[in-house]
Parts: sequence; structure tokens; C-alpha cells
Amino acid sequence: MSTLTTNYLTPTGREEDWRFTPLSRLAGLHDSTVEIGEGVAFDLSIVPTGVSFEILDRSLVTASSKTKDLVISRVRETVTQIAKLAIAANSEIADPIYLNRKASGGKPIFSRTIINAGANSHATLVVENIGTEILGEEIEIILEPGSHLTFISLQEWDTQAVHVGRHHAVIGKDASFKSFVVTIGGSVVRLLPTVEYSGQGSSAELNGVYFATEGQHLEHRIHVDHNIPNAKSRVNYKGALSGNNARTVWIGDVYIHAAAEGTDTYELNRNLLLSDGARADSVPNLEIETGEIVGAGHASTTGRFDDEQLFYLQSRGISADIARRLVIRGFFSDIIGRIGIPAIEERVMNRIDAELESVGV
Amino acid sequence: MSTLEIKNLQVSVATETGFTEILRGVDLTINSGETHAIMGPNGSGKSTLAYSIAGHPKYTITGGSVTLDGADVLAMTVDERAKAGLFLAMQYPVEVPGVSVTNFLRTAVTAIRGEAPKVRTWVGEVKTAMAALHMDNSFAERNLNEGFSGGEKKRHEILQLELLRPKFAILDETDSGLDVDALRIVSEGVNRVAENSDLGILLITHYTRILRYIKPDFVHVFAGGRIVEEGGPELADKLEEKGYAEYISA
Repeated sequence: MSTLTTNYLTPTGREEDWRFTPLSRLAGLHDSTVEIGEGVAFDLSIVPTGVSFEILDRSLVTASSKTKDLVISRVRETVTQIAKLAIAANSEIADPIYLNRKASGGKPIFSRTIINAGANSHATLVVENIGTEILGEEIEIILEPGSHLTFISLQEWDTQAVHVGRHHAVIGKDASFKSFVVTIGGSVVRLLPTVEYSGQGSSAELNGVYFATEGQHLEHRIHVDHNIPNAKSRVNYKGALSGNNARTVWIGDVYIHAAAEGTDTYELNRNLLLSDGARADSVPNLEIETGEIVGAGHASTTGRFDDEQLFYLQSRGISADIARRLVIRGFFSDIIGRIGIPAIEERVMNRIDAELESVGV
Repeated sequence: MSTLEIKNLQVSVATETGFTEILRGVDLTINSGETHAIMGPNGSGKSTLAYSIAGHPKYTITGGSVTLDGADVLAMTVDERAKAGLFLAMQYPVEVPGVSVTNFLRTAVTAIRGEAPKVRTWVGEVKTAMAALHMDNSFAERNLNEGFSGGEKKRHEILQLELLRPKFAILDETDSGLDVDALRIVSEGVNRVAENSDLGILLITHYTRILRYIKPDFVHVFAGGRIVEEGGPELADKLEEKGYAEYISA
């Protein structure tokens, strides 16, 4: 029996950060009176040349970022064995590195992972989230100067899974971070794709695709912290919803500090409601402390299916169901097409097709 | 030889205050190989006629019939009408983001012909049709109608006319927004399809300009939701000279 050294307040749901989240469905991940065990979240069956994977005691690890999130604070408090994946400096890893989720038998667990992309390295990491896990996790991603990392997190959970996580990148000088968050499965998924910068000339491209069907709660809370000058960020998330109580939440916080002159940022969220009874919340939020920037903007739209598009396609002989699929595939295609790995692009598109099939579109 | 027959067609649209009647009994018969021009002032219901035949959900048919070789067009879904051989070249083709022209054309042709076109011949077929309309090859990779200029949209409509090979084409203000060169290229495209396939054409226009390139066999004057005068090509010349004033006041 471990005792928490800090007394974390269990959120009530009235807090700004938690007001959208169905706390009663988190299986206690958020509740400081419920003890959660720890587990190593990943297996790396094949470790490619230029990559190392080890389990470290927490006495050897220092967090690279601060967090106020209560679940993530509990994760840090609880987890003693931390997985670390490192990509050697100057290495170019051609094939994607797959991190397979290790099954924990449905028992709620906390886990912590650190990813380090060495200076001037090039690599792509794919996290495959499958099965029925109840998981609170943090993945910290450190990009050393000049590194280029593509981070793909596929939430292909079974319907009962609960996933509360933070994917935080610290981006070094002239480094570029590209992320794709694809959330299709799970009962409740609440992810915090967050970014800060540790050197100038750095850039972040945060992309996301989600599809909520009946009863699913899929929440993405993006935070881009422009804490230094001359960094760039692009955020582009798109979601579709269909079915009763299909629910999505997208929060896009971009903070430009007074020191962050030369910042270039744009964020976009689009939601497509395919049926009644679904609800999408979209809250872009831009705070700017300096006017000396290259650009800062945001856009957010939530709309229904465009009947004129449907009519146009049908008037060319295309049946209504194929026309709807064409339009929805088209809606997601600009983001999916940027993944750049054909096998994963196809896998994501197939998942979307399967979702459409399941809701009868 | 096919026949598109419109009898006493009455059409309304829903508004905030109830239904507004737009078409008040339209009678028109078009046979294969014939070109009919429908001319009339703005707001006379010309486009409503076009969209009603194509099956746009905004319009409610309150009376009359449309048949294609005896088959009840009004009972068909929108895609069934296209498969039966009707084609509407739209005045404002709709943008569909993320769907490439090449994917769209292939999907449409597959639906209309009932089988996917042979890969070997298909690419050549599209390239030839595009070249004839002075369209660059890169056009095929663009998103459907997205960011197209007015001229590009109209050329793309006629490209579809060439590839889908309908029995009857309704051209809704295809001349609007075209400069002289684009008008000539688009008109030549329509004439080429008509010569090769015995196409019946319903050409809807406000201006006589396009009739210099696409010669009508019959001209119908449309006003107040019905055809108010009919004649041969000479009727267009009269309209060019005198305008629609006498029909509007009537």
C-alpha cells in the first residue's frame, strides 16, 4: 500500500479543465481515494538499429515538463518503473518503430514513458492502442536540436477501454515534431497533446482525426506553449460524430508569451455531425502577450452534412451511400494524406470506413 | 431514338410562409438529336425546371409528369435519373473538398456504365476528353470544383457530359461567367458530344450569345413559370432585339 505524498484534489467536474469529461466513467483514474497500480505500457518486439529501449527506475529520471493535470500528477506520483525509448543522435530510422500496447488484463494502470529523439535524428514512432485497457499515462517526448520526429498515436481501442493521457513534446532548436492522433475506439478517451519549445527555429505540426459513435466520449485538449521566440505551430483536427450521445470535445489552447517574438501559429478544428443526438464542443483559445509575431489565427466549424454536395454527386449517378462516403473520406483526406506512410494512411481510412459501415452511412 | 416528355409540370418550393408555386404547368417534348433553347428573364423559373427534372430535394412536384421513354422520372432517385440517361450541367457546380476529379470521374462513370472502366483505356479516354476542352492534365488531381475558376467549372461539367454520355443534357446557364474563348471551347464540346451521340439538349440561357455556337432547333420563351411562346431559331433573334419586356408585363 503506497501513500500519495501529495494530496491531489479529486476533480468534481465543475473545474474548467474537467467540465466536459464524464468523471463517473473514468474507473477511478481521476479519484485520489482509489489506488491504481502501475504497469509498463509497451512492448518493443523488434528494436531497430539506432534505437534503445529500457526500463528505468524513477530515481534516474527527471521530468522534462510541468503538468497541472490531476490524473497525470497521479501517474507521476505512482509510477516507479519508467519506459524509455531513445533514438541515437544522427540516426535515420527508415521504417516506423511500432510500440505495441501490453495488455494488463483490464486492471486500471498508470504508466509513464519517455521518448528521446537524438540530435539530427529522423524517425517515426507508432503507438498502437488496442484492447480493453483502463489506462492513465504520460508520454514525454524530447526532441534534441535538429531532430525530426513523427509521432503517431492510434486509439483503436475496444468499446470498453478508458484512456486518459498526456503526450507532451519538448522541441529543441531547429527540430520539428509532427504528430497524428487518431481516435476511433474506446468508451472514454481524454488526450492532452501538448507542446513546448526549448530552442528557436523549431516547429510543431499537431494533427488529429476522430470519429465518435453512440455513447463514446472522445476529448482532445491541445496546448501549444510558445514560450520562446521564432517557433512555429500548426494544429489541424477533424472529427465526425454519429449516433446518440456521441460526444467529442476539442480544446485548442495556444499561448504566446511576451518573449515569443516571431511566433507563427494557426489552429483549425472542423466537426461533421452525421446524425441527431451527437454533440461536438470546439473551443479554440488564443492568448497573445506580444504583437511582434509572424501570424496567429484559429478557425473552428461544426456543421451538418452538406446536401448540395450529396445532390451534385448523386446527379452523376453515384448512389447516396457511396456519395456520403466520398464526402466523408474527402473531409478527412487532407490530414490522413499527410501521414506519409501508405500502410498507416490505408489503415486509418479503413477504420473510418468501418465506422461508417457500423453507423449505416 | 429517345424522348423526354414534360407534361403540365407544376413545382413549388417551401418558404417560411408556406409553399410558393414556381412552375405553373410546363409542357415540353424533346427528342434525341434535338436542341431546345429555353430563354427567359431572371426569376422566371428556368433553373427550377432544370433542378426539378434532376430531382433536387428543395423542389416539391405538385402536379404533372416527366417521363423518359415512358419511364416515370419523378419516381426515380437522383442517381437513378442520371443512370437513366439524364445529365444536368449546373450553373454553380458544388465544391467537394478532398475528393479528386479523377476519383470522382471514375466513380461516376462506374455508376453510370454499371462497371468500372478498363484501366488501360480509361486514362487515355480522360486525357483525350480533357485535351479537347483545353484542360491541363494536372486538373485531374485537383479537388472537385475546389478553387476552380468559373471557366474551369464549366469545362469540367462538359468533360463529364463527354464521359457520362447521357441521352439528354440540361445545360443550366452554362454560358454565364465565360469569356469569349471559354464559351467557344465549351460550346464546341457540347456540339462534339451531340454529333457523336445523338444527344438531346435542353439549353437554358438568359442571353442569345451561346446560340451563336450551339444552334437550337426550337426556342421556347419562359416567363412566370411557364412557356409563353415557342418558335424556331428566329425567335431568338427577336428576343435579342426586343428583350423580354413584353412577356414580363403580360
